[in-house]
Amino acid sequence: MEHHRRLYRTLRLIRVVEEEVARVYPTDVIKSPVHLSIGQEFIAAGVCDALEPRDHVSITYRGHAAYIAKGGDLNAMIAEMYGKKTGCCQGRGGSMHLIDMKAGVIGASAVVGTSIPVATGFALAARRRRTGGVVVCFIGDGATEEGCFAESLNFAALHRLPILFVCENNGYAIHEPLAKRWATDRLCERVATYGIPARRIGDGSVFTVRDAALEAVAAMRDGGGPAFLEILCCRWREHVGPNEDFDQGYRSADEKTPWAERDEVARLAARLPPAEVAAIETDILATVSAAFAFAEASPFPVTGDLHDHVHA
Amino acid sequence: MTMSTLEPGSASAGRLLRYVDALREAFAQEMERDESVFVFGLDVDDHKSIQGSTAGLLQRFGPERVFTTPLSEDAMTGVAIGAAMAGMRPVHVHIRMDFLLLCMNQLVNIAAKARYMYGGTVKVPLVVRSMVGKSWGQGAQHSQGLHSMFMHVPGLKVVAPSNAHDAKGCMIAAIRDDNPVIVMEHRLLYPTEAYVPETAYEVLPGKARVVAPGGDATLVGISHMVVECLRARELLAEVGISAEVIDPIWLSPLDIATIVESARRTRRLVVADTGWTACGAGAEIVAAVLEQLGPEGGIAVKRIGFAPTTCPPSPPLEAAFYPNPGTVAAAVHALVRPKDAAWTPDPERAKLAHQVQFRGPF
Repeated sequence: MEHHRRLYRTLRLIRVVEEEVARVYPTDVIKSPVHLSIGQEFIAAGVCDALEPRDHVSITYRGHAAYIAKGGDLNAMIAEMYGKKTGCCQGRGGSMHLIDMKAGVIGASAVVGTSIPVATGFALAARRRRTGGVVVCFIGDGATEEGCFAESLNFAALHRLPILFVCENNGYAIHEPLAKRWATDRLCERVATYGIPARRIGDGSVFTVRDAALEAVAAMRDGGGPAFLEILCCRWREHVGPNEDFDQGYRSADEKTPWAERDEVARLAARLPPAEVAAIETDILATVSAAFAFAEASPFPVTGDLHDHVHA
Repeated sequence: MTMSTLEPGSASAGRLLRYVDALREAFAQEMERDESVFVFGLDVDDHKSIQGSTAGLLQRFGPERVFTTPLSEDAMTGVAIGAAMAGMRPVHVHIRMDFLLLCMNQLVNIAAKARYMYGGTVKVPLVVRSMVGKSWGQGAQHSQGLHSMFMHVPGLKVVAPSNAHDAKGCMIAAIRDDNPVIVMEHRLLYPTEAYVPETAYEVLPGKARVVAPGGDATLVGISHMVVECLRARELLAEVGISAEVIDPIWLSPLDIATIVESARRTRRLVVADTGWTACGAGAEIVAAVLEQLGPEGGIAVKRIGFAPTTCPPSPPLEAAFYPNPGTVAAAVHALVRPKDAAWTPDPERAKLAHQVQFRGPF
């Protein structure tokens, strides 16, 4: 029950943050494109529940969920999206480049796939330095088409690196569906040819995801090599921005229906005592409200800061 | 011709060492000093060991710190960046600079920008070694000097050592630097010798060197062109022209002040590059000098580099493609004595350094 409660809290926190981002976005206080993870929260929540502080996650430009699930600083995340000096990148990254090295969140890249080998490098360092830590590399389905995906799988398998690749397959690269991009949808078979255990999860369950991640991480801590999870999901909002886009003609609202009907946030809430849900809700609303207030109150960088951090 | 900056006999002068051996000594000393340093890249651990520059490292430091890679330059660059962010100090080796084009996304979009776009929360202490090829029919894709592409990007440092002393000192400085450094070596410099101290030392970013003094023209050579410029200087001396030869060593950050000081005095500036002239290092140096000179500018300038073609392997075409001591000397002569008839040294006496010294093969 304890992990049930913990998972619900993470799921709900991500959902509330993302909905608040969407709510304030039209007021233009957020100075950055946003790629919301609403509907996909169960993947980050389930995977990160299997991790420890010494572990790292590599996130994508649709990375709010994983940043939060790994314990990234929420105040610094919202302040970054507001372009403030107190942001996790001091206003130099924006929504697409979140980072929190203290929490083990590797910086995100806005060039699809680019973070895959970087995450693999963290895994190489973890193995060589014998930290006992593992790396989770979150990617989207589009990233599996980049050459560096294949290159990184091969290298990780060759050196038996402790890295779990998690593909959040929402079926679209921006607006282009898989059918226009993949010769076959046998992604796990492709990955398995590198000798990497690969599994597809299609039931949308945060518990299934968590169990799979726990198993993979345990094997890696035992000295095992990389593993791969393809997790089917649905992006509820538009590719970039706060709105729904089922009226745009490239996909049907029917695609969302089964996912909305089994929404993990609602499903887990229904399985917890109402008083607990209420207490969690109060706590989350206070946390999120404080983060947005922090961002609002924080100063912008000053012009003179422009040249800082070009070099270390 | 003097290749060393430290004269023999002085306490710290060291001993004559080849460029390739100076590089190897730099790796060995830094790997001994710092366990986080590792050397990887295609062929670093084979029997030829990148023309000998990584020879013996595998035996001494083991396969965890000296290892080859799949032919995956893009991902391997990202792996190096990730390992660097995680606290290691990778040296990623490419036997030709042309292959860095496969690494551009990682180098430009991540390595150069990580420190900045992540708000100073990470550093990327990465060294990328690459070698420019020349002669022996290297052709279109084994000959390119692409340093100016990297000079264009904030966040990267670029260095092009022209002699064994600087090869060791720059490599050690690059390994100890907390930023990504692109090291441009030159194949033809590998057998050249200079006096190299035995102990570890750094040739730090941001300081150019006046290699040979002169008063009539400032002649800036980049990488291997320093050697050709020194030969051009000898030819010019025979007709009474005194050229000052400057080696910038580090191209980014660039010590423009040393070049400005010289050009202000000589009133003539020629930059001879191991690359094309358009948007090249020579264009940058000339523009930066003119900007700094301001109203007292108006000096005569000239860029020299590869012909604006792809590099051809056929000997007569290749000879016409590259600048040589004769063409460099002729260009300086034209600036110093614009009213005289054009002068070109005897081609037999203006051969490229490797045609005099280098015996190949690769």
